[in-house]
Amino acid sequence: MLAYIIRRMFQAVAICLVISAMSFFMLFLNTDPALMLLPPEAEVADIAAFKKQMGLDRPVLIQYKDFLGRVVFHGDFGQSFVYKVPAVQLIMERFPATLRLALAAIVFINLVAIPVGVISAVKRGSFVDNIFTFFALMGQAMPLYWLGIMLIIIFGVWLRWLPISGSDSFAHLILPAITLGSWILPVNMRLVRSGMLDVLNKDYIRTARAKGLPEWLVLGKHAFKNAILPLVTVIGMQLGLLLGGAVVTETVFAWPGMGQLVLDSIHMGDYPVVQAVVVVFAVCVVVGNLVADILAALIDPRIRLN
Amino acid sequence: MMNQKTTEQTLLSIKNLSTYFHTPEGVIRAVEGVNFDILKGACLGVLGESGCGKSVTALSIMQLIPSPPGEISSGSIQFAGKDLLRFSSRQMRSIRGKEISMIFQEPMTSLNPVYTVGNQIGETYRIHEGLDARQAKEKSIEMLSLVGIPSPQKRVDEYPHQLSGGMRQRVMIAMAIGCQPKLLIADEPTTALDVTIQAQILDLMAGLQEEMGMSIMMITHDLGVIAEISDKVVVMYAGQVVEQSSIDELFKHPLHPYSRGLLNSIPKLGDKFVRGKQPLREISGQVPDLINLPSGCLFASRCPKVEKKCLENVPQLIEIAPGHDVRCWLAG
Ligand SMILES: Nc1ncnc2c1ncn2[C@@H]1O[C@H](COP(=O)(O)OP(=O)(O)O)[C@@H](O)[C@H]1O
Ligand SMILES: [Mg+2]
Repeated sequence: MLAYIIRRMFQAVAICLVISAMSFFMLFLNTDPALMLLPPEAEVADIAAFKKQMGLDRPVLIQYKDFLGRVVFHGDFGQSFVYKVPAVQLIMERFPATLRLALAAIVFINLVAIPVGVISAVKRGSFVDNIFTFFALMGQAMPLYWLGIMLIIIFGVWLRWLPISGSDSFAHLILPAITLGSWILPVNMRLVRSGMLDVLNKDYIRTARAKGLPEWLVLGKHAFKNAILPLVTVIGMQLGLLLGGAVVTETVFAWPGMGQLVLDSIHMGDYPVVQAVVVVFAVCVVVGNLVADILAALIDPRIRLN
Repeated sequence: MMNQKTTEQTLLSIKNLSTYFHTPEGVIRAVEGVNFDILKGACLGVLGESGCGKSVTALSIMQLIPSPPGEISSGSIQFAGKDLLRFSSRQMRSIRGKEISMIFQEPMTSLNPVYTVGNQIGETYRIHEGLDARQAKEKSIEMLSLVGIPSPQKRVDEYPHQLSGGMRQRVMIAMAIGCQPKLLIADEPTTALDVTIQAQILDLMAGLQEEMGMSIMMITHDLGVIAEISDKVVVMYAGQVVEQSSIDELFKHPLHPYSRGLLNSIPKLGDKFVRGKQPLREISGQVPDLINLPSGCLFASRCPKVEKKCLENVPQLIEIAPGHDVRCWLAG
């Protein structure tokens, strides 16, 4: 198990390096911060001076080596071209709120998806199953911002049950988390349902019944632990999707995350910020996948003991 | 009606059992009007080609027929004097794994991959005998050594994928006999194993049967297995019993053309039957479609001796000699 975790960690570090390199080079090829930041009437000499000042005139590999060294050893992504403060600082002010929202969405998604998926599978083809499927399709079809606005109107304006903007308390988290999560919830629900249906046909379920186990043990012990595996392996990936999806949700609920910062820095070619964002997201996804892998190994001895 | 003497000796008595599957294509008559008894302490062999309704019969006894699409549509299953088909699902659960146990063909897939063998064996004790986790584990170790698994203290904490096929089937047996059931249903327990392991598993079962005095219903398509372990044989074809007799009688005087075909299809070494994976392929032709059953005898289309009346009228299972029943117009 320990060897497995260590191997996975090495892979995780390697993936982070690859992603940082990709983000660095793609940005380098696609945008020229000098052209974006200097006024259009800037002279060639001005541009050259700006590039020299920012170190943008050196060979790209040297720039990347520098970048990597600063990031790895000092956590330094450089100064934001736009805000003139360290990119890391900009991100660290906003990232915790975004992460909190994404994690809350994951909790919400699976708290709903797991029981609903299990019930749908056990009662497949029934009225409840069809109702759940209907809501799942609706959840997937609704645009995020539209759902967010609807929730605000219903629970914030009409019923006045929940706050509709800001992030001061747990109550503030509820509507944004539901909005963000409703998009992935149906995916996980279907995953649990199909995982459960698949497992219920297995020979070992028949064995469990042949032993005289009550149905709650057959389902809750023998079926559930096997059925949940496919879900566990995608949760890590979904963290990335949710961090990305949080941008829209944050706008609707005035959530103080990094959504706006991400959009602005891409538009303005604010390299250091974009790179820092990409690396932070990548680390989150990689850590999420690592946690998912470890969970899967804890559940399934065939992964753990090989 | 049964007389007093047979009731005392009979553990399980199946009367007129029919089990159907309702599918979009039509009703599959998987088991149709099956009758047989299993005596206390005896081993009944159930023999027949794949698809003839052996497993469905066994699952009907356990009431584990998947429903829908399956349904036990008629009959009675008397076990120790009580009709299991009248039992509530709760009563049935207290019978399964305690009074009647079942082991399956596929030891690879019949154990849950994510729980240790000790956990899965111990479960029966926790459910049926109220033992706590520690006691159940001790019992599991005991059972593992009883079924001949070396270093049971170590094996008890292992997972199914760490065991060989033969070992897993031993684990299945340990799980099944833990509560000393009166009846063990073994559905092709050796089919998936190679020949030497098959012999070991059969020896183990025969030994345990003697030790514990349980009855066994041994389902197989392998005459060698039946010859090894059974006292009586039921031959099934297309969901029906076509012949029923003692094992010696069947080997000496097979009456149904289907049974004769089965006997001819196994290789002989002198007088002894060789056990092995001998598929019963020598009888030409195909099993009839269980949805659109032909009129008359179900075996008629493959029967070398078929006559006109075989195609027109359904033969009944009748006693030709004492303890020897056959469903054939030409017998007797
Ligand atoms: N779950 C099921 N749904 C539909 N048909 C089934 C099901 N289980 C068994 N059957 C049908 O019942 C018949 C007998 O099957 P079975 O008892 O498994 O044969 P075997 O003698 O090989 O054990 C087969 O024709 C099979 O198609
Ligand atoms: Mg079968």
